[in-house]
Amino acid sequence: MIGALREPSWTFFDVLLPLLGIAAYIYYYRALGAASSFEGFVVLGGAMTAFWLNVLWGMASQFYWEKETGNLQLFLVSPMSRMALLAGMALGGMLSAGVRALSTLVLGIVIFNVHMTVADPLLLAAVFLVTLIAIYGMGMMFASLFMLYGRDAWNISNLLQEPIYLVSGFYFPVRSLGPWVSAVASIIPITLGLDAMRQLLFGVTANGFLPVTTELAVLCVLAVAFLVLARYALRYMEELGRKEGRLTLRWQ
Amino acid sequence: MAYALEVSSLSRTFSGKQTVVALENVDLKVEEGELFGLLGPNGAGKTTLIKILSTLLLPTTGTAKVLGHDVAKDASKIRPLINMVSGGETSGYGLLTVRENLWMFSQFYGVPGRVARQRIDELLKAFGLEDKADAKVRTISTGQRQRMNIIRGFVTDPRLIFLDEPTLGLDVTTSRAIREYIRDWVSSDHGRTLLLTTHYMKEAEELCDRVAIIDRGTILACDSPAGLKRRMNHASTFVLDTTPFDAAPLSAIRGVKGVSAEDVEGGKRIRLVLDDESAISDVISTVVSRGGRVVALNKAETTLEDVFIELVGRGLG
Repeated sequence: MIGALREPSWTFFDVLLPLLGIAAYIYYYRALGAASSFEGFVVLGGAMTAFWLNVLWGMASQFYWEKETGNLQLFLVSPMSRMALLAGMALGGMLSAGVRALSTLVLGIVIFNVHMTVADPLLLAAVFLVTLIAIYGMGMMFASLFMLYGRDAWNISNLLQEPIYLVSGFYFPVRSLGPWVSAVASIIPITLGLDAMRQLLFGVTANGFLPVTTELAVLCVLAVAFLVLARYALRYMEELGRKEGRLTLRWQ
Repeated sequence: MAYALEVSSLSRTFSGKQTVVALENVDLKVEEGELFGLLGPNGAGKTTLIKILSTLLLPTTGTAKVLGHDVAKDASKIRPLINMVSGGETSGYGLLTVRENLWMFSQFYGVPGRVARQRIDELLKAFGLEDKADAKVRTISTGQRQRMNIIRGFVTDPRLIFLDEPTLGLDVTTSRAIREYIRDWVSSDHGRTLLLTTHYMKEAEELCDRVAIIDRGTILACDSPAGLKRRMNHASTFVLDTTPFDAAPLSAIRGVKGVSAEDVEGGKRIRLVLDDESAISDVISTVVSRGGRVVALNKAETTLEDVFIELVGRGLG
């Protein structure tokens, strides 16, 4: 938040660039004569992309960057809880990505005249919140794993970025990919999160994969699983780093 | 007697394409309340030792205890009691101010907010950084950033602090102020201990109660600066000014039996430590035989650097 306040140019790019990104998909759908709800899928997917990119490039790579700047060793010498540190980073990431997501959503709705109806606000809020916890839990787990794997982490983030746009159905109903791909993609929490939100905002046109309550239940399980895995991964990687002497080794 | 540090038969190797032995069979005891120095050239193992003692690295063999706790088993008990500052480190966040960075790090140690703010103000004043308190870290100079990092080390009021080359690259006045602060900090509370690594012999001599000389992962000597110098009673130190020379004559001088030599002024001044003063004639002959000319020769008082040269066989430069 301090960064956004002290560097207003960041906010400008955070708002403008995602808007340009979704505009391309919206005009593409319009040119194909797709149903108007698809434009809504794009706006929703564009908003949630902010969180996903933040998880990949902010959260998962966080310890790698902290190591490069020399902060990681100071964090690890201190007595604070490592999970608290990661949770703080996740919260900060959610807030900054939230600005980007909200602006994409609001401007997308206004500029492209997208219509969405909130059928069940409480359920929508619950799905959104649990999706965030699950994807940031996943980011925390990746952060732990990437702590020791410098440049490899960069490649894994790249690998996770583009294919997941496809298999998680950021801009279209994931069910279109068939039940098996949808089921496998559901291990990435953003898949079910987006699917459930699409169903709650666009009704039957969302062509949902599973009932919303089922998706919410699976998201809860994923959220808990990723947080627990993050905790174990963090402890394991720290001990491995101490053993191998890689906690402070830069430029790997 | 309570020990702040107890290191026993400690070794650390790094595996890779080649196995590197960073520390070998190190034994060391530092009492609580001591100002202890580690002197050694680059790659001697100083930083590896500090990383082990500060819980960032595990020993390969041997044990190390910090304030009574084993570094391998009780890291979580050690961390609230220690802090570490490395010279030339680039830690902190450029977008945050000096004060905000210090406050953030103090919170990692659970220092109550009011106490932290008060300590930060006091330390900023003591280190002459008050006027930069509200400046973003990315706008301050390297030296000011270095001072901020030293403050970060003290703001948590640790019982044991590791300072790894803390005055590296700082000007003389600032370095002196830091040394004065360190001395006052340790003497104002008997429970406080400091382990310092430095390249500056004068700093170690001026500041440390005891100094360990380390090279190639092994501790060669450990005593008070005065005690180390007394070991050199058998030896004599000379400063030899010559016409400019290259590496070959220096290497030849080092080949003279009982002579340790160090180039101290860019190829025209050599500091010699002689086991026997009579060897000086051989040194002069060596210089002359290689086309050099003796400009001046003076006997000098033994310094810690001479001890270092005698033990390590070369200087820190």
